[in-house]
Amino acid sequence: MQRYSGFGLVKHALDHHENWQRIWRNPKPKDHYDVIIVGGGGHGLATAYYLAKEHGITNVAVIEKGFLGGGNTGRNTTIVRSNYLWDEAAHLYEHAMKLWEGLSQDLNYNVMFSQRGVLNLGHNLQDMRDIQRRVNANRLNGIDSEVLDTQGVQEIVPHMDCSPNTRYPVLGASWQPRAGVARHDAVAWGFARAADAMGVDLIQQTEVVDLIVEDGGIVGVETKQHGTIKAGKVGCVVAGNSGVLAKMGGFRLPLESHPLQALVSEPIKPILDTVVMSNAVHGYVSQSDKGDLVIGAGIDGYNGYGQRGSYPTIEHTLQAIVELFPIFSRVRMNRQWGGIVDTCPDACPILSKTPVENLFFNCGWGTGGFKATPGSGHVFAASLAKGEMHPLAAPFSIDRFHTGALVDEHGAAGVAH
Amino acid sequence: MLHIYCPYCEEHREEEEFHAKGEAHIARPADPDNTTDTEWGDYLYFRKNPRGLHHEMWVHALGCRKFFNVTRHTVTYEILETYKMGEQPTQGADA
Repeated sequence: MQRYSGFGLVKHALDHHENWQRIWRNPKPKDHYDVIIVGGGGHGLATAYYLAKEHGITNVAVIEKGFLGGGNTGRNTTIVRSNYLWDEAAHLYEHAMKLWEGLSQDLNYNVMFSQRGVLNLGHNLQDMRDIQRRVNANRLNGIDSEVLDTQGVQEIVPHMDCSPNTRYPVLGASWQPRAGVARHDAVAWGFARAADAMGVDLIQQTEVVDLIVEDGGIVGVETKQHGTIKAGKVGCVVAGNSGVLAKMGGFRLPLESHPLQALVSEPIKPILDTVVMSNAVHGYVSQSDKGDLVIGAGIDGYNGYGQRGSYPTIEHTLQAIVELFPIFSRVRMNRQWGGIVDTCPDACPILSKTPVENLFFNCGWGTGGFKATPGSGHVFAASLAKGEMHPLAAPFSIDRFHTGALVDEHGAAGVAH
Repeated sequence: MLHIYCPYCEEHREEEEFHAKGEAHIARPADPDNTTDTEWGDYLYFRKNPRGLHHEMWVHALGCRKFFNVTRHTVTYEILETYKMGEQPTQGADA
């Protein structure tokens, strides 16, 4: 793999940037792999990367039906934070946060991780009590978190309407300074490039149409384009389509797939240097390095796989944003899109073994999977390598929906569902 | 925006008057005291979530406030039929 550096940039400038190496190969699939990862999004690629890097398992294929990072990895609003309430979730997301902090160096690929802080606003007394509880829980778990009052919020975001005359006045917020945003495409590409360099085969434009199960164990996958590919272990990391793959394996998941929409505005001059989220008026906004406002809000209430949503949801989202930032009322929106999120009843992911031996699922990240990308890949790779779930992943087994040990994170999830 | 026919109001209305309420025809276990954890968990949390035709409940929240059922395609979002509670669908795999 050609290493990227400032020196390299100068060197390539001399020959007009015509000799850059392709950043990954485009191999024909082999007949057999030790591990097949179904789904070439951020989580799948991270899993492949950590399998190769940490566990020396390089006979790995990532099978993607479209192109790498073309699903929710390229459709989210890029927010990274770890201020979750319960110990299980907080440890998992904080594990990811620590990996984020060294990720660009680790991958030799700039993921543009910018720790610009995240505000979760409170608009009534109960919001503020919940915020205090969550901030205290975060601090006990070693996660940086503070409670701010109205004045403190106003100082960080001078353009936000924090006056007492609004319909839902801002009473304060939780503030995680280490949180921020990262460039979503770069995360997928960085993991893909680094995994490819260690020998992982990235197989795009290949759809898995069946899971081949013999004697209660997985032996391979059937693909539409390349026929049967055998595997020792299979990890499914397919977000919204997890239910479809589970059905191929002969079991059900406690997931429902919903469209989640986001939109970006026309590029404007720097106005917002942090991330603002509000569960009560229900919207979140940040500004990208390009200058566009990146805006998101709630899922569409109905089940859907259509990668698009309804107009009323967009309208409610923008109402919330304009309520918080009247100054944005005349900013025009440029693009809008939808992704398919796999929501779990407790707003926490599923990292689990399945009733089929050697078949593992990493799904149910719902509306908040991007922030966990490196952590999710790291613990899922360890679980696949050892055949036993990593201690950080163990509480997120499918079994919790039968034992009742749910990890209810609806309060800390940014999106109501 | 979806345009939904309420079988009670007998009119098409806009999506904003309605709320989706998830999978339809889920029967509560007849004898809750004697169900296993597996049966109870399946009843509470596990859903079909099909990529295709889906029978689901909606409520006409800003209208008659009644619940009813819809057969809808989850990729095209096309609504094939709406029918009252207690009735059975005429479209779909388990029709």
